[in-house]
Amino acid sequence: MANITFVEHDGTEHTVDIEEGKSLMQVAMDNGVPGIDADCGGECACGTCHVIVDDRWIKATGAVSEEEQQMLDMTPEKEVTSRLSCSVNLSSEMDGMVVRLPEFQM
Amino acid sequence: MSRRCIIIGASHAAAQLTASLRQEDWQGGVLLIGDEPSLPYHRPPLSKAFLAGDKTLEELAIRPSAFYEKLDVSFCQGRVVEIDRVEHRVTLEDGSVFDYDKLALCMGARVRTLALPGADLGGVHYLRNIADVTGIQADLPQAKAAVIIGGGYIGLETAASLKKQGMDVVVLEMADRVLQRVTAPEVSEFYTRIHEEAGVDIHTNKLVSELAGSDKVRKVVCSDGTEYFADLVVVGVGVIPNTELAEQAGLKVDNGIWVDDGCVTDDRDIVAAGDCTNHFNSLFQRRMRLESVPNANEQAKCAAAAICGQHKPYQSLPWFWSDQYDLKLQIAGLSEGYDELVIRGDYQTERSFAAFYFKEGRLIAADCVNRPQEFMISKRIISGGLTIDPDRLMDESIPAKELL
Repeated sequence: MANITFVEHDGTEHTVDIEEGKSLMQVAMDNGVPGIDADCGGECACGTCHVIVDDRWIKATGAVSEEEQQMLDMTPEKEVTSRLSCSVNLSSEMDGMVVRLPEFQM
Repeated sequence: MSRRCIIIGASHAAAQLTASLRQEDWQGGVLLIGDEPSLPYHRPPLSKAFLAGDKTLEELAIRPSAFYEKLDVSFCQGRVVEIDRVEHRVTLEDGSVFDYDKLALCMGARVRTLALPGADLGGVHYLRNIADVTGIQADLPQAKAAVIIGGGYIGLETAASLKKQGMDVVVLEMADRVLQRVTAPEVSEFYTRIHEEAGVDIHTNKLVSELAGSDKVRKVVCSDGTEYFADLVVVGVGVIPNTELAEQAGLKVDNGIWVDDGCVTDDRDIVAAGDCTNHFNSLFQRRMRLESVPNANEQAKCAAAAICGQHKPYQSLPWFWSDQYDLKLQIAGLSEGYDELVIRGDYQTERSFAAFYFKEGRLIAADCVNRPQEFMISKRIISGGLTIDPDRLMDESIPAKELL
């Protein structure tokens, strides 16, 4: 089965199955991945589901909306391949994708 | 025998608590007792996307049932009627009893109901639970005119969601402006304009005295004699924290169950989290009770740590959000007691601005409408205790990113 791996800030890895159509945030929540707070439940309102996508996969995660970009711009620990995981919809093409979690969610 | 933690209330706090308990390595059993049939679900979308039909029941679940199974969390639908702190035991309405080693009170709040003639007529609804919204939805096909009682966030969100579905919508507010309890007059003025532009009628200084109709509501009558036709009424006049169980058990309760900075009550085997608690907030240097999802989540993390014998002090900045039409309002901090208001952007004609609340020269809160950057900056300034020049915030020639 297609899967993705979340890497916590301390290096702990969590590999979870991809469920097409769900968001990256939701599969993290469904599998109890620590380090993603997702306070707003996926409304792109809180900026607490920040992840840093491995360079090789950033294209596959699709376009960043204006709203998400504005939130990301102000997020501490932001990197070039940062995304809000609630705004990344999963597809089987992301099989093997690795995303890192920041030390803190803001 | 294995130890057991019982969580009362299948709430946002409970959902986070189950996850955090396992992350903190709680080895014992976990029993979640809720009085609704569902596992914990997202409540904020109830008045927004769920009411508007843009979100399904399945999408409301905070985590799927498989998550709880995997963590070995059992769920029991029932209503707890007694907590026996001496025997470490809870009793349910149906007579069943469960022993606990640790108890978590995540009971949330319930709606304040109207004690008025006609309040129990058909077509009169509240909005807090899934059942409330499915009740409203069942009435929608036959309804044309909705009256919303209460111009707070729930009332205004509901007005926007119903308007979107083609209803005639009237909002009746008791105070002289909507959102009076939580925002500056300028923000109230903004939301009044937005709703009026969308075709919602807002009437302030309206004290409802009666709901009239034979079996279904037909009109809402105010104390000044005005009447509004309605075949659907939604009441959003605030909530009452569910603290009776804690009070009966002899725990300290005063506008919420009193907890320390680790979310422990005055019984060290009982923690509490979410809308039903009252905590001392170190950022604002006073005790408070918050009605907020982020607060419930943060408190649940501290409570889980406490159950596992750790001390994780609660130090979160209160924040909130509200979606109405195309507008996303993000609120950082608490504006109560502000002495200076600074506005960035044109709230009188545009659909995007930020209102910053200062007290004694320090930023204490910000209401940011379609201004995520200002929101994020405000969070940083307030939680970090940073200083910022109000004139700088007002100056739109300085990009938001460069304000700090």
